[in-house]
Amino acid sequence: MNELIEAVPYLGKRNPRLTKWLIIILALVAPLIAAYFGRSWMRILDFALLYMMLALGLNLVVGFAGLLDLGYIAFYAVGAYTWAFLASPHFGVHMPFWIVLPLGAAFAALAGIILGFPVLRLRGDYLAIVTLGFGEIVRIFMNNLNHPVNITNGPQGINALDSLNLFGWNLSQSLTIGDFKIHYLYLYYYFFLLCVIGSIVFIKRLQISRVGRAWAAMRDDELAAKAIGINVRNMKLLAFSLGATFGGVAGGLFGSFQGFVSPESFSLMESIAVLTMVVFGGMGNIAGAIVGALALTALPEILRNIALPVQEALFGTVILDPEVLRMLLLSLAMILMMLLRPAGLVPAHARYSRPELLKGGA
Amino acid sequence: MIKLLEARGVGKRFGGLTALSDVSLTINKGEVYGLIGPNGAGKTTFFNVLTGAYIPDDGEFVFNGTELPTGKPHLVVQQGIARTFQNIRLFGQLTALENVMAGHHIRTKAGLWGILMQSKHAIEEERLTTERAFELLKYVGIERFAHTICKSLSYGDQRRLEIARALASEPQLLALDEPAAGMNATETGQLKVLIEQIRHDGITVLLIEHDVKLVMGLCDRVAVLDFGKKIAEDVPAVVQKNEAVISAYLGGPKHAH
Repeated sequence: MNELIEAVPYLGKRNPRLTKWLIIILALVAPLIAAYFGRSWMRILDFALLYMMLALGLNLVVGFAGLLDLGYIAFYAVGAYTWAFLASPHFGVHMPFWIVLPLGAAFAALAGIILGFPVLRLRGDYLAIVTLGFGEIVRIFMNNLNHPVNITNGPQGINALDSLNLFGWNLSQSLTIGDFKIHYLYLYYYFFLLCVIGSIVFIKRLQISRVGRAWAAMRDDELAAKAIGINVRNMKLLAFSLGATFGGVAGGLFGSFQGFVSPESFSLMESIAVLTMVVFGGMGNIAGAIVGALALTALPEILRNIALPVQEALFGTVILDPEVLRMLLLSLAMILMMLLRPAGLVPAHARYSRPELLKGGA
Repeated sequence: MIKLLEARGVGKRFGGLTALSDVSLTINKGEVYGLIGPNGAGKTTFFNVLTGAYIPDDGEFVFNGTELPTGKPHLVVQQGIARTFQNIRLFGQLTALENVMAGHHIRTKAGLWGILMQSKHAIEEERLTTERAFELLKYVGIERFAHTICKSLSYGDQRRLEIARALASEPQLLALDEPAAGMNATETGQLKVLIEQIRHDGITVLLIEHDVKLVMGLCDRVAVLDFGKKIAEDVPAVVQKNEAVISAYLGGPKHAH
């Protein structure tokens, strides 16, 4: 929270308390504001929260432990497909969310360890290439496991996934209290918000612990980390599997929210998109992952809504497709960022200790 | 005298190059043991083999009566051997305090569950780690920089921080790889006081050093390596007069290669 407050320009440093409340209120009323602009914006907000979870999980691997992972979306896929297998008509299994979500997380963690073992000795670009390959392998498996036995239904994907059902309360049906009707997109928003807050709390606790410091040590100097007694192998596996866990949970939520999964949702571009969020926001700090995820989910959509009318007003026709513009402006944003704020929008002030624990103070 | 560490016929080769051959030496509890030799004599290789960074080709190390594991640095630290590096290797993005706290890692136990749920034990352990790290910063005299990112510390202070970090793993044997390298006379003098304090507090010190004055003034016993072989081992005054040692450093008839 403090990191987020500091991330707010100008106001964050002057009036942290006001900023804190502003952030909380904004988080709570955001869907109401979005609803004013239309349903699609509410969906975008819901997706932004999912991307936040992904960015937080990837930030743990890349930012804290310093392991460049270009196949992170594979864990998202594992979570989503777990949901599809265990809560859809595809196999006719309909398990409740409190079984499927943890299972999805566990499978993703397992996948993280499976990826982790072969890459223990790799660093930097070599690691990036292997993780990239891993991401592609998972996607290609999903694409082709429809023959001879149909497991994943191949490129068609699996649809009609069960929606989130919190102990009899179906989140995909609008809630009616008296005359007041709450659209289901709100329900998902607040549920996802809870998940994101939970993720932040867990990751923050990890960061300020012996594990977080061991990761940071390993990232800054692996040889020295070994020399002070850190079991680098275990710490790497832990980073991969914990990072994957967040991806797995996000994947499960994605499946339930979207109601449909197919391999094309888990392409390399998605991995890169999540990594861009982490880098754009600021590697190695929680606020950075959140800001990055929010910015890079919202910007393309804003652009899509602005670019078309503006071009039509100016030239009478659409000259540049918004999709083309999106990549163009995204790369422009990255170049500008590298020039102006190389450490990301929210440069890391990540701390790995709590100085207030010192009795005498320092 | 009680033996703390015994090297038995340790050898290490890199391809055709013999970096260490049949090095045997014994370090007693409570002493400052110097390891000197010309550049390329194999001193740092000896450190790397001892601390598990390299796997020795021959021989073994016996520490406190048990054989040390090879190639597993974290288990060596667990046994009670900590080291510093010739070229300072700190954790650049951490503060001085956090560096030392990271050094305490091996002596803490909080598991994942405890950390995520902030169990009483985990919180208490975190508090103790923080306090202990601060104590160690005081011990080496840089507590005023506790919350400074370690990269912005001065060279001498970084050396001290590295020693504090090594001490955080609660070693019985502290192996210092050229701690005075690049220090001026004043800093070297302060370092000498610190090492004497460390010995006084019951930690055995193994010291690689080029600064002859420091070695002679500080060490109880000295071993001299040359081309991977131990050519002398004795109290400093005797080693100083040893002809093989003199010729190894200055070159001479007995040292014809």
